[in-house]
Amino acid sequence: MAIEVRIPTILRTYTDGAKAVEAEGATLTALIDDLEGNHPGIKERLIDNGDLRRFVNVYINDEDVRFIGGLDAELADGDQVVVLPAVAGG
Amino acid sequence: MTRFDSLLESVGGTPLIGLPRLSPSPDVRIWAKLEDRNPTGSIKDRPALKMIEQAEKDGTLRPGATILEPTSGNTGISLAMAAKLKGYRIVCVMPENTSEERRQLLRMWGAEIVSSPAAGGSNEAVRVAKKIAGEHPDWVMLYQYGNEANALSHEEGTGPELLADLPEITHFVAGLGTTGTLMGVSRFFRKTKPDVRIVAAEPRYGELVYGLRNLDEGFVPELYDATLIDSRFSVGPRDAVRRVRELLELEGIFAGISTGAILHAALGQAAKAVKAGEKADIAFVVADGGWKYLSTGAYEGTVDEAEDRLDGQLWA
Repeated sequence: MAIEVRIPTILRTYTDGAKAVEAEGATLTALIDDLEGNHPGIKERLIDNGDLRRFVNVYINDEDVRFIGGLDAELADGDQVVVLPAVAGG
Repeated sequence: MTRFDSLLESVGGTPLIGLPRLSPSPDVRIWAKLEDRNPTGSIKDRPALKMIEQAEKDGTLRPGATILEPTSGNTGISLAMAAKLKGYRIVCVMPENTSEERRQLLRMWGAEIVSSPAAGGSNEAVRVAKKIAGEHPDWVMLYQYGNEANALSHEEGTGPELLADLPEITHFVAGLGTTGTLMGVSRFFRKTKPDVRIVAAEPRYGELVYGLRNLDEGFVPELYDATLIDSRFSVGPRDAVRRVRELLELEGIFAGISTGAILHAALGQAAKAVKAGEKADIAFVVADGGWKYLSTGAYEGTVDEAEDRLDGQLWA
């Protein structure tokens, strides 16, 4: 099961500069664990105390995961995951 | 009411327009709240005026004072108009990757502009403004990201107007920037019609804008309360441009690029309702008109070309 994960500039030190990597997992937690296997250190930058870090936003097919189950959000083959730092608008 | 004693009195009371061609069926209808009909042409007239009135009331804003505000444009333009009429000086901190039209308008309304670096977008504008505020303790930073009067203007204005014009409303969709519109309208509906689903459309910019030095520099507006939102979507420039063009092509409405992102999320909700066989009346915000963004190149050529031109720009 391949899921494309888009990595923000600030975390590309963990992916050898790759803008997007492939990972697997039926939930976001499983996906992040799989990412950690190939890109050690990245999990700690995304998760703190068992929850997504405050300034990290993760979207599955453009929807913010915090409103669809958070780390338990379900994933399917072909989904796209985007990781972005939280920034101001307005 | 169509007669007012001054321009400031005429803020709000904007029309709600049905979109028969973009609505998927008679049971699932989409409605546009035309906030470009406000005095300076954007929804920001509501929070700007409310923040000034509140600051005058509580004594932080006195005659002759200098207002300071980090803004990507519209809030600054609204504040500058009110400041001109009320006799305040205003300094706006604005990211340098914002459209030229916004700068010209700000200058016309008498604002002084301090540019903040493009990389980091509005985060940098907030950081620079906070630094300047520290150097000028007598200046008044209204601070739209943390000022409750911002959300209150929508709780008292936008929300009640929507309910009066569309009692059958099922969804409200707006852009997520300061979060003021969504927080205020949601508070109103949670009290009066709690079944209304509150949907946020967040613009997704090019990489430059997310170029933070570290993740701790991230920013979540102090106003933001996630429990007041039911779903949140990230919309990139391609979908925003496509939708803003459809809005003009099919319904004749010429809107700013961020409105394309909001419409995209609204249409997503409409498609869900159709699939579920549910009735829906979905109201979304037209935050401003397209005039201020013509120079971005979003309205000409192919969608691919427009997407390329918007890369790195703060288009919402």
